[in-house]
Amino acid sequence: MLLIHCPYCEEARSELEFRWAGEAHIARPENIAAITDEEFAEYFFLRNNEKGLTYERWRHIHGCGRFFNAARDTVSDRFVMTYKAGLPKQPVPPAEKVSAIAEEKTVETWEATEGDAR
Amino acid sequence: MSGSSNNLGAFRIKGAGRHTPARTARFTFDGKTYTAMEGDTVASALLAHGVHLVGRSFKYHRPRGILSAGAEEPNALIDVSRDAARRQPNVRATVQEVFDGAKISSQNRWPSLKFDVGAFNDLLSPFFAAGFYYKTFMWPKEAWTRVYEPFIRRAAGLGVAPKEEDPDHYANRYAHCDVLIAGAGVAGLTAALSAAATGASVILVDEQAEVGGALHFDASTKIDGRNGYDWAQAAAAKLKAMPNVTVLTRTTVFGYYNHGFLGLAERVTDHLARPGKSLPRERLWQVRAKRVVLATGSIERHMVFSNNDRPGIMLASAARTFLNHHGVAVGRNVGVYTAHDSAYEAAFDLKRAGVSIAAIVDCRAEPGEAVLAEARSLGIDVLTGHSVTDTFGRLRISSMTVVRNGGSNARKIKVDALIVSAGWTPSVHLFSQSRGKLRFDEKGQRFLPDIYAQDCVSVGGCNGTDDLAELIDEAIAAGGGSVALAGENRFDWTGGMIGAAEGAGPDTVVKAFIDFQHDVTAKDIRLAVREGMHSIEHIKRFTTNGMASDQGKLSNMHGLAIAAEVLDRPIPQVGLTTFRAPYTPVTYGTLINHSRGDLFDPARKTPMHALEAAEGAEFEDVGNWKRAWYFPRRGEDMHAAVNRECRTVREVAGVFDASTLGKIEVVGPDAAQFLNLIYTNAWDTLKPGKCRYGIMTREDGFIYDDGVVGRLAEDRFHVTTTTGGAPRVLHHMEDYLQTEFPHLKVWLTSTTEQWAVIAVQGPKAREIVQPFVEGVDISNEAFPHMSVAECTVTGVPARLFRVSFTGELGFEINVPADYGPAVWKAIWERAEAMGACLYGTETMHVLRAEKGYIIVGQDTDGTVTPDDAGLGWAVSKKKTDFVGIRGLKRPDLVRDGRKQLVGLLTNKPSDVLEEGAQIVADPNQPKPMTMLGHVTSAYWSENCGRSIAIALVAGGRARIGQTLYVPMKDRTIAVEVTDMVFFDKEGGRING
Repeated sequence: MLLIHCPYCEEARSELEFRWAGEAHIARPENIAAITDEEFAEYFFLRNNEKGLTYERWRHIHGCGRFFNAARDTVSDRFVMTYKAGLPKQPVPPAEKVSAIAEEKTVETWEATEGDAR
Repeated sequence: MSGSSNNLGAFRIKGAGRHTPARTARFTFDGKTYTAMEGDTVASALLAHGVHLVGRSFKYHRPRGILSAGAEEPNALIDVSRDAARRQPNVRATVQEVFDGAKISSQNRWPSLKFDVGAFNDLLSPFFAAGFYYKTFMWPKEAWTRVYEPFIRRAAGLGVAPKEEDPDHYANRYAHCDVLIAGAGVAGLTAALSAAATGASVILVDEQAEVGGALHFDASTKIDGRNGYDWAQAAAAKLKAMPNVTVLTRTTVFGYYNHGFLGLAERVTDHLARPGKSLPRERLWQVRAKRVVLATGSIERHMVFSNNDRPGIMLASAARTFLNHHGVAVGRNVGVYTAHDSAYEAAFDLKRAGVSIAAIVDCRAEPGEAVLAEARSLGIDVLTGHSVTDTFGRLRISSMTVVRNGGSNARKIKVDALIVSAGWTPSVHLFSQSRGKLRFDEKGQRFLPDIYAQDCVSVGGCNGTDDLAELIDEAIAAGGGSVALAGENRFDWTGGMIGAAEGAGPDTVVKAFIDFQHDVTAKDIRLAVREGMHSIEHIKRFTTNGMASDQGKLSNMHGLAIAAEVLDRPIPQVGLTTFRAPYTPVTYGTLINHSRGDLFDPARKTPMHALEAAEGAEFEDVGNWKRAWYFPRRGEDMHAAVNRECRTVREVAGVFDASTLGKIEVVGPDAAQFLNLIYTNAWDTLKPGKCRYGIMTREDGFIYDDGVVGRLAEDRFHVTTTTGGAPRVLHHMEDYLQTEFPHLKVWLTSTTEQWAVIAVQGPKAREIVQPFVEGVDISNEAFPHMSVAECTVTGVPARLFRVSFTGELGFEINVPADYGPAVWKAIWERAEAMGACLYGTETMHVLRAEKGYIIVGQDTDGTVTPDDAGLGWAVSKKKTDFVGIRGLKRPDLVRDGRKQLVGLLTNKPSDVLEEGAQIVADPNQPKPMTMLGHVTSAYWSENCGRSIAIALVAGGRARIGQTLYVPMKDRTIAVEVTDMVFFDKEGGRING
C-alpha cells in the first residue's frame, strides 16, 4: 500500500485515504466549445501512459477532499513529490530521473524476461 | 495430562532437547494416540515415536516423510483439527505445535497412508512427465470440465477444506514503527538490541515459537560466552522489557509491500489446547515501518539424487533441530550425504548423543579440514569424493547405494535415516518482494541482495554473511546503535552445490526430486528445456516447479541450476522467478478478518427502515442501500402486491421512502453559475422556490447522472442525484470546482444522509399532506408542480418539494433524518385511513416506466446522449459552456441512426419482454443477425392492462409505428415501436 504525502494536510497518509484521478496538467481548453475534433480527442481521450516518471492527480478523498498533483515513478511506485493543484508542472531533480531509468529493468514485461532469454 | 518418559517415544534422547518432560500433551495421528512434550512440533513428536511416513506426494502418491524442521517444509502437510469446523488442511507438521487433544490426519491418500491406491500413479510415472496434463487432456473440450478436471482434482491434491463456517475470530492491528526487524536469530536480535538502544520504536518478528533462529539447532555457537540459544532468550527478555520494543513470536512477515508497508500474520491460539474464547485465532498486523532490517537467515537445500524422497531422508539442520531442541533422534543408524560442512556438525551432535553414524558421504573431494579432523576424532567413517546414487525402503529408507565419483563399484550401506545438505540458500524473499534487485554470487552459488528499492537492509544469512563476527558487526550497524557483543562458532563452513548430484545427471532417467510437493524431478526440468521452454518463467509453469504451497523454498535454486546446465548458459542469464507474497501460506480467516457476515459489506438503511420492515416490506439491495422493494399483504406474491400498489397510487395515493436519493447542497454566490457549467440545463433562469429536472453529461457528451434540483435561495441549491450516483457525482463536481473552475465561490456538501425523504404520490397526495404542512400554501395555484419551499411538516423543519416520479400529483417531504420515522408515522396513519398504500421500488419502477421517465444506468449505459434519451430539450442552446458541450458535437454523436430510447408494445399484451433482450428487424435473417438494440426496461403495467417496455433502438424515433422482433430462445416476440409515454399521455394528472 502506497504512502502518499498530501500537500494540503502536509502529512503522509495511507493509500486507503486517496483516490487516483488520472494524468495531471491537462487543462480543460477555455474555448472548449470551439475546438476541433482532433483537439478534443487530444484533450479528452489521449493519454501518454508513460513508463517511469509520470505526473498524475490524486484526491485525498477520505481526508481533506482536495485534489493535488504528484510526480510518481510508475516502475518503482516511488513518489518523487506531491504539490498543490494549480501549480505548474514541477521539475524533477536529475538524480531522480536516473533512478527511474535504472529501475526500469525490474518490470516483468515480455521484453524484460522472455526477450532476454532469446 | 502426565505420562512417564518412555511413552514420550522411543527416539527421545535423555538429557537432550529443551522441553520439560513433565509437561506432556496427547494427540492422535490418523486415529492413533501419541504422547508429546509441550513445545514439540507435530513433526518432532511423530519422529520421537519413530514415525517418518506422514504423507503422500501430490502427483505420484509416493510415501513422504519429514524433510525439514521449519517453515520451508514441502512434504509433511497434515490436517489439524479441534472439531469439525475448527479444522485446517495443509498445515506443515514442522510448524504446527502439538497441543493436548489435537486430531491430526495425513492427506492425499486412500484408503490409508501405508496402502494408498493412488500410488499406482508412481508406476505410470513415465506418462506423467512435465506438461502431461497440458498435452493429454486437450480434447474433447467439453470433457475438461466434466471428466478430466474433477478426476485430476480428486487424484492429485492437497487436503480438503472444511465445509462448516469458521467459528473462530481473527483480529487486525495497525502499527507504525521506526524499525521493523524480520527474523530473530543472531542477526535479528543483535540488530534489535542495537536499534532499541537508540530509543527507536522497534518491532521484532519471528515465525517460530521462540526467538533464536538457527540457534535452535546450532549448539556449538556461543554468544558472549553463553550457549547461543540461552543468550537469545535472555536478549529477547531484555527487549520485551523495553517500552519501545515489541517482540512478536509465532508471527510471520508474509509480505513486504510498497513504502515500508508489511503484512504480518500472528498465530495466537493454534498452539493452545484450550484457547480462551476472547482470544483471536490469528492476528493480522499491518505495519508501516520507516526502516526494515531483514534478518531472515538462510534455508538448507537437499541433495538431488535418485529416490531422494523416501521417508527418513531429511535436511541435516532439521535432524539437528530435532535433536538439540526437541531431544529427538531421527534414527539409530544415520547416513549423511552432503556437499557442505554444516552436515558434519549434525553428525557430530548425533554421534555424541549416542546415535550411530553409518557414514558421511561427501561428494566433494576436499571438505573443510576442521570438520574432517573432528569426524575422524569421533571415529566417523567419511567417504569423500563419493555420492549416494540410490536409496531403498518402501515406507522408510532402509539403505543407500554409495559410489565413488566416476567409479562403478557400488556398495549398499544400511541406514534408517539419511540426512542431507547441499548448502544454504539465503532467504531473499522479502528483499525481493520489496522490489530489490538480486545479484548472483558466483563463489557462493547464490543470489544476494544488490540494489535496494526501499529503506531496508539485509543482514546475516540472507545477506550471504557467513562469518559470525562479521554478521554481528553488520547487524549492529543495521540497528543504528551500538552494542558490545562477541560470538564464536566452532567451525567455519565451506562448500555447497546447486543442481543434480552424481548419478542424476543429464544422461540418466532416475527420479531425483527437486520439488517434493509438486513431484518435479531433475528430468522434468530437462524435458521442459528440450520442449522449448528457455525462460525460467516458462520452465516453472511447464513443470510447476516452485509453484506448490512452499513456493519452491528448497527447489528453486536446484531447478535453475539444472536448467542453466541444459541451456549451457550461466545462471544469472537464465534468471530467477519472482518472489511473491505471501512468504508462507496465510489463512483466509486472517486476511478476511472482521470483514465477514454483517461486516462483509456494510448495509445502509434509511431512517424509516424499521417501520417499513414492521409493515412487512421485502427489501432489495441498491448499492449498499437496503430499499423497501414491495409491501406484500397476506396471501400476496410480489406480482399481486406490485399490481395493487400500482393501482392504489394512481387511484388514491401511495407513500414511498425516497431517502436514498443522493443529495448535495450547492451553496455560494456563484452556485448558479457552477451548476450552469455542470449540467446541460440553464440554472440562472431558475427562480428561488422552483425546481428543474437536470441532466449532467461527462465531457464526452454522454449522460452521467440526472435529478431534480431545487433553488432555495439565490445562492443555495438542493441537488438530488440518483441513489447509486451520489458519491461519483460529488467527486465529479468537486473535481471541476477545485481544478477547472476554482475561481467560483461555491461550497459543496453531501447531505444524502441528513435528510429523510417521504414521497406522497397520487390524486389524494395533497389531501394527505395538507394538515401537516405549516408555513406554505400548497394549493395547486400557489405551489404548482416543480415548486420547493422551506416550511414545517408535523412541526418539523422541512424542505417540501412538489415533484413527481410517478406522473401523479406528488410531494417529497425532506425532514432531518432523525425526525424521519415520526413524520412518516404521522403521514402514513392519515394516508392509510384514506385508502392509500405504502409502495416500494418495484412499483416506483413500473409507475415511472408508464410515464417514460428514464433511470440513468438502467435505460442509459454511458453511451447515451440526452437526445438519444429523448431529453434534447434539457440541453441549453444558449449557454456558451458546460461540461459536455464539445463532446455533444462530435460527429458520431450527431449522426443519424443513433440508438434512441423508444417504447415497445408487444403484439400480445400479456407478453412481458425480458430486459436485455436484443431487437431485430427481420427475425428470419441468417445468423449472426443485425441487432438494432435492446430492451432496457420491461414490466407488466396493471394501470395500462398490458405489458410495456422501453428500449434503445437504432434510429428508434423514426421507427415509431414499425413492427420489430425480439428473438428469444423458444420463440420470437413481435413488438410495435411507440413513444415512451404509456399512461396519461396528456400529462394532466401531474398538475392535479
